[in-house]
This record gives sequence, C-alpha cells and structure tokens, in this order.
Amino acid sequence: MAEQESKVAQLLKKHEQDVLQKWLSYQMSSMTWRADLMKESDLREQSREFLQLFIEVSQQSGPGADAAAWKSAKEMLAEVSRSRAMQGFSPSETAMFVFSLKQPLFDTLRRELNDVEELSREVWSTTTLLDKLGLYTVEAYQQSRESVIARQQQELLELSTPVVQLWDHIVALPLIGTLDSARTQVVMERLLEKVVQTGASIAIIDITGVPTVDTLVAQHLLKTVAAARLMGADCIISGIRPQIAQTIVHLGVNLADVITKATLADAFAVALQRTGARVTRVGVKE
Amino acid sequence: MVVLKDESAPIRSSIDVMRVRQIVREWAVSLGFSLVDQTKVVTAASELARNTMVYGGGGELRMEALNSDTRRGLRLTFSDQGPGIADMEQAMKDGFSTGAGLGLGLGGAKRLANEFAIDSRPGQGTTVTILRWNKL
Ligand SMILES: Nc1ncnc2c1ncn2[C@@H]1O[C@H](COP(=O)(O)OP(=O)(O)OP(=O)(O)O)[C@@H](O)[C@H]1O
Ligand SMILES: [Mg+2]
Repeated sequence: MAEQESKVAQLLKKHEQDVLQKWLSYQMSSMTWRADLMKESDLREQSREFLQLFIEVSQQSGPGADAAAWKSAKEMLAEVSRSRAMQGFSPSETAMFVFSLKQPLFDTLRRELNDVEELSREVWSTTTLLDKLGLYTVEAYQQSRESVIARQQQELLELSTPVVQLWDHIVALPLIGTLDSARTQVVMERLLEKVVQTGASIAIIDITGVPTVDTLVAQHLLKTVAAARLMGADCIISGIRPQIAQTIVHLGVNLADVITKATLADAFAVALQRTGARVTRVGVKE
Repeated sequence: MVVLKDESAPIRSSIDVMRVRQIVREWAVSLGFSLVDQTKVVTAASELARNTMVYGGGGELRMEALNSDTRRGLRLTFSDQGPGIADMEQAMKDGFSTGAGLGLGLGGAKRLANEFAIDSRPGQGTTVTILRWNKL
C-alpha cells in the first residue's frame, strides 16, 4: 500500500503544539476534569503522548491502518483507563480524555481546510477514529474495574469463612453474606478440613448472617450437610429466623433430614447433649 | 390504582441478581412491607432473577410500586429474549429442572407471591410477573 499521509496527520504534525495546548486547557476547564484526583503534569504528559500516537494512527486512514500504531495507542489507553479507574474517575470522565480532543482538532481542521467537501470528509474520518478509541477506553476501564472487583471477591471469600471449634467434637461455621456457588465450595472445603482435623462429630452451620435463603442457597446448604455426613459429622443448621422458616416452607425445600434450630445457642445445647457432655451451673442453688 | 414508582434494572450476571435482591428489599421496606413480606418478595425475586440470567440468557427486571386506597403493592416483571419454555406444566412442577437446580424456583415464587403470571414463547423469550400486596 502506498504511504499516503492523511490530511489530518499532516495538519496535526504542523500544529501539534498548538493543538496540545488547546486540548489541555479544554480538558482542565471542562466539567469532567478532576483536579482533586490527578496532577496537571501527569495530564500534560498523557496528553502529549496520546497526541503523538494519534498522529501515527491517523497517518493512514481506513482499513489497513498501521497495526503497530494501533496497538501502542490501545496499550496506552488501557494504561490510562487502568490508572484513572484506580484514581476514582468515573467511566465518562475517563472517556472524556479521548473525546475532548475533538474540539481542538476540529477547530484546526476548520481553520486549515477551505474545501467543504474535504473538511467534512476529514471530520468524519477523524470522529470515527476518536469514537473507536473512546469506546475502547470505556471498555478498558470496565475491564480493570471488573478485575479489581474479582480480586476483592476472592479476598472476601478467604476472609469470611472461619470454622471454629466450640467444644470437643463440635465445630461451628457462622455464615455471613450471600452463599453463591464459589463461596459454597470454599465453605465446604474449610468445614470438611476442620471436621477431619478435629475429629468432630457435629458441625453447626449458622445462617443468622445470610440475608436471603432461596433455592440455590438451600441446595448449597444441603450439599454441605451431605458432604459433612460422609466425613462422619452430623450437621445442625441454626439461625433460622421466623421469616426465613416461612419462606423455606413456601419454596418447598425439604429440610426434614436436617436438624434445624432457631439460635446458635440452641444448636450448641443439642450438640453438647449428643456428644455426651452436660452443662451444669456450679455453686448455684436450684 | 396509581403507579407510584416505575424503574428497570438489568439482569446479566450474578452480581446483578444480588443487586436485584437489594433493590427489591429497599422498595419493599419503603412500601412498609412487614419483615415476613419483605423476605417473601425478595426471595421470589431472587428465584426469578436467577432464572432470567441462567435460562433466559439475561434480561431485565421492571419494578412498579402500586398504590390504592386500601393497600400498597410491588409488581415485579422479569423478561428475557431467551429460548422460552416449551412445556410450561412441566416447568412449573416442583422438582423439575433442566439445569442442576432443585426445580423449586418457579413454584416457590408463585407460592410466595399474591399474584403470579408467566408467559413464554419458545424461541422468543419469557416474561414472569409477580405481585405482592401489603395491607395498609
Ligand atoms: N426464563 C426462563 N427461560 C427459559 N426456561 C426457564 C426460565 N425460567 C425457568 N425455566 C425452565 O423451567 C425450569 C424450572 O425452573 P425452576 O426455577 O422452577 O427450577 P430451577 O431453576 O431448575 O431450579 P431452582 O430454581 O430450584 O434452583 C428450569 O429448569 C428451566 O428449564
Ligand atoms: Mg430457578
């Protein structure tokens, strides 16, 4: 393909400094500029770098545009999105970094191109290009947010599933939050590990902190109970609040094979009894 | 009967399903639902939202807060453009699941609501509407 430099690229090269200055002042005066989140010098550096990459990308317009230039422009935008997502910019504030370049760019085109047809052609191809890059920025922003969320979820999983030994042969698992499939897996593993490690014969699963018990949560609970049983431990499900008990009945979930108790204290009393321990008050006259 | 509030929420991921539970609970609280009624409507919403995501391939929830002289209501409409349900009688039956579930979601949601309607066309999608009233 013949190296024919696009009009936009030519003009941008010629007026690079001017466009950069105008773009910067435009960005900093706009509603979406966050002086509280980002230093001016960083913005200047990012803008300078992006403008250079944009010139390269727009060298050749249309299909067959320089793949290497595209790649570096995308990489740069991914980095910008990542850092801005981290700094607390919103997606639209982040995308404005790219879209705000339109204003100084079109001003330049309007000033320099006298032929209306040429002007509209160049504006169209430039706006298409910038839109693509802007959308890419939003996608990259989204992706980096999702990876942060996924990591936090993972950390939360690890943090929120303590299995505690209450007494000889009695372990308890206080569940807090939503019991999704991933969480159930972790919970089940922890519980079985602890059952084996302590030789427990009773495991109390307390669901006081589980806000909603739907069929999926019920199924996960039943699976955990079945797995513990295979390891030689009977389960008691405690913390079934009255409204949850009613809902479970309406759902038609069958908990008949499982011992259920309203409170952890009730469950503990049953567990002590079953393991042959007894609680007596010492020094208190009946 | 007056519609006090009317909003929609997307159902694409399990995070959306979690959000649905939270927002439905907020609405139920603001309509003055008792704890039992809140729990019922939130649980039904959880079932239907999950079906929308898992079997419907994602969709939308429309929430309407209704008001009449004697009572307040929450109407929830779950819609998707998924494969639809070929055999409705079978799908509504307790214990029937084409997935790995307990097969209690649809029947359970029906029992947890005051009114329940399901409309499904194979190849076009499914819409489930439930309504839960709260006496004033
Ligand atoms: N929105 C939908 N689109 C297509 N099929 C659906 C939809 N909702 C339900 N179904 C079908 O109806 C069946 C029964 O649904 P139901 O919610 O009662 O049970 P489940 O989702 O399989 O299990 P559970 O809800 O107990 O976890 C599903 O297995 C599925 O085949
Ligand atoms: Mg279901």
